[in-house]
Amino acid sequence: MLKNLVKKTEFYVALVILVIALLIHVRSGAFFQTNNILDILNASVVPGLFTVSTFMIILSGGMDISFPAIAALTSYVTVDVLNSINYEGSMVLIFVMAAVLGALCGLVNAFFIASLNLPPLIVTLGTQSVYRGLLQGALNAQQINMLPPAMGKFARASVYTAEDPVTGATSHLPAGFIIFVAVVILAYFILYRTMFGRGVYAIGGDLVSAERAGFNVLAIRYFLYIFSGIVAGITGIVRSSMNQMVHPTNLFGIEMTIIAGVILGGASLVGGKGSLLGALLGMFLLTMVQNSMLLLGIPGYWQTFFVGLVIILGISITSYRNLVAADKAKTLRDKSKEELVNE
Amino acid sequence: MSEYILRVKDIVKSFVGVKALQGVSLDIKKGEVHCLAGENGSGKSTLIKIVSGVYEKDSGTIEIDGEIQSNLTPIKAIRSGVQVIYQDFSVFPNLTVYENIAFNSELMDNRILANKNRFRQIAQEAVEKINFNVDLDAIVGDLSVADKQLVAISRALINNAKLIIMDEPTTALTQNEVKALFKRINDLKDQGISILFVSHKLDEVFEISDRFTIFRNGQNVFTGPTSELDNESFSYFMTNRKFQETPYEGKPQDEEMLRVENLTSEGEFYNINFSLNKGEILGIAGLLGSGRTELALSLFGMNEPDKGKIYIKNNEVEFKDVADSIEHGLGYVPEDRLTEGLFLEQSIGLNIVAANLPNLSGTMDTIDGEATENEITTWIDNLSIKVADPKLPVQTLSGGNQQRVVLGKWLATKPDVLILNGPTVGVDIGSKHDIHTILKELAEEGLAIIIISDDIPELITLSSRILLMRDGQINEEINSAETSVAELTEKISLDIDQVV
Repeated sequence: MLKNLVKKTEFYVALVILVIALLIHVRSGAFFQTNNILDILNASVVPGLFTVSTFMIILSGGMDISFPAIAALTSYVTVDVLNSINYEGSMVLIFVMAAVLGALCGLVNAFFIASLNLPPLIVTLGTQSVYRGLLQGALNAQQINMLPPAMGKFARASVYTAEDPVTGATSHLPAGFIIFVAVVILAYFILYRTMFGRGVYAIGGDLVSAERAGFNVLAIRYFLYIFSGIVAGITGIVRSSMNQMVHPTNLFGIEMTIIAGVILGGASLVGGKGSLLGALLGMFLLTMVQNSMLLLGIPGYWQTFFVGLVIILGISITSYRNLVAADKAKTLRDKSKEELVNE
Repeated sequence: MSEYILRVKDIVKSFVGVKALQGVSLDIKKGEVHCLAGENGSGKSTLIKIVSGVYEKDSGTIEIDGEIQSNLTPIKAIRSGVQVIYQDFSVFPNLTVYENIAFNSELMDNRILANKNRFRQIAQEAVEKINFNVDLDAIVGDLSVADKQLVAISRALINNAKLIIMDEPTTALTQNEVKALFKRINDLKDQGISILFVSHKLDEVFEISDRFTIFRNGQNVFTGPTSELDNESFSYFMTNRKFQETPYEGKPQDEEMLRVENLTSEGEFYNINFSLNKGEILGIAGLLGSGRTELALSLFGMNEPDKGKIYIKNNEVEFKDVADSIEHGLGYVPEDRLTEGLFLEQSIGLNIVAANLPNLSGTMDTIDGEATENEITTWIDNLSIKVADPKLPVQTLSGGNQQRVVLGKWLATKPDVLILNGPTVGVDIGSKHDIHTILKELAEEGLAIIIISDDIPELITLSSRILLMRDGQINEEINSAETSVAELTEKISLDIDQVV
């Protein structure tokens, strides 16, 4: 059991998380306080949602860097349209509208990638630019500070609230966290409990073989990019609610951190390898490092420096371990061949 | 019940105006091993794809187990008992053995949910059918090539396969693995399963097949029992050319090009001594693992020996790396051209000049475009490589032409000694003949050549002396004129027989 555990990337990422947490705790004495934990979980909701869909796409051997643009575009359009009719209804319609818009954006990606077989990185690099251009150029988007009332209520809704006994400051676990957990459970079920999800692994391993085995490769790839669009739409609304404003640009750039987290968690950039748990741990590690800089009193601009350092270190370790594993497999193979000859 | 598992009649198939199949027929009896042979482009793969439902035929009839199949799809073909094992085995290297085996049948049954226990059960039954000992939880990418193939065979067997089509199944296998595979094929035959063996490897197909069908240019040229064929008629049917394999008759010149004294690399080879003269072709025979490849790599600076000396033209040399040995006039055509010999996605032209770029650089080390073009044209002409355009990627070429490109790459460096490891593996008969002719001509012009090969007739025709390696040592030096294919095969396979 332990032997299997130490073979897994997830184990090492979890170990690093624990070590860094302890370090921070020793320096600041504040890490393991409920408030801080809640703050970090709170900060993990948005990157966590993005991580789920991005992981699934990378697992299939694909790539999507357009999701921050989709999130920005869909949340802006949704809020702008609903504001114009003075919408005072429930949160459900807001989510549905953003999800549908996101699905449309994902459909465009899917068409170019799955139907026309174009390289995913280039396609989403292009569509990202198009979605941003629509937002800032055609729609002339500005920051919106007036949100439909339901979004304010959603932001204030708390699953769990903690109060710091010394300072009296309160931290709470937002309702968005429930959405994150729901999406994780859904993705987990699809990936590990359905043939469809095994197909995602199969495509990542060998696309042609997947076709020959009878997987509906086209449907699976369409699903992945549309799902990514839907998740982006929902995440855009969650984030806007939490920030109590819609901002057209401040999500841009997050895609690299998300992809880095997924790879850090053991996924392979060429697809087929990795686990959802690993990807989430990778994301959590990066979020935690970013968040804890403040606790340690390290100025904000050092954050990117340390996050970069963690990414390089983490990915070096992951690739090194893969190399060692490949080497070991080869030695094993050679040995069995030798035995056959010497028998 | 029909006597035949598959009857294919008058199949025509065109691709954008080109007739790939011009009315071919193929009958396979129940429980027989049938060989479909033909050169590249003869229509073998097209027919397989039609029978397995991947392509739609233009006209003709397909009858599987007595039932006429009008609109064959991949799923229908599998349901009626036809399974294809592709050359690359179509496995998922990132997944476990049990998932690889179970996926097909689960998808056939339209399963929505994935259930590990059921996967495992299906896989267990499948591997038991062929007595395949494997850890079901192993990741397929970590298995040997032979085991990957067995995974593919096990997978084919779960859906009640009646006919298994194997596309070039022996390409990546060692001799021992081929023997083991043939034993399993005979077991399947005993269970009443028919095998269609698609190959152009002569000796192997003779050993295993009951009957033959040979295609040439999309037409049947032969159908009948194996006993009606011999090497010569087989080659003729395949290529419509008569080949006269003549032994190399050039006389080695007196000048010594390469001498090896007591060369040893611990765990790989020991006390190797031999010399090679100008204009001589020296053969090296031996099983995989006998140290033959390691020895070649040491001569090419890729595997530093522990002891011993290498002399080039009587001067002692030491090879620290490949550049060293190229400078001393050595060239090496590796065993696996796809992974070691070619930049598959690069152009044919660039592949030809790849090893010779230093000589093609002008001032400031920039590449001289005109000289490069000339060099490329020269070698394409000299080796008669069939290319539409040298700017196309080298992977668009057939095996025979790819091998010529690798050959051209090393000849372009103007070597004194050329080492070839398996020079005609996976190359069709016509190209093989041409490559042999080229090598003989080169030797006559004074090149010293070492050939390492599993192909015994090839070694005997080309080389005058053959070194037989076993367990890292030169076991015997054999004079080609005084041996026969049968005798040498027996000597080499002494080791194999102990294994099986």
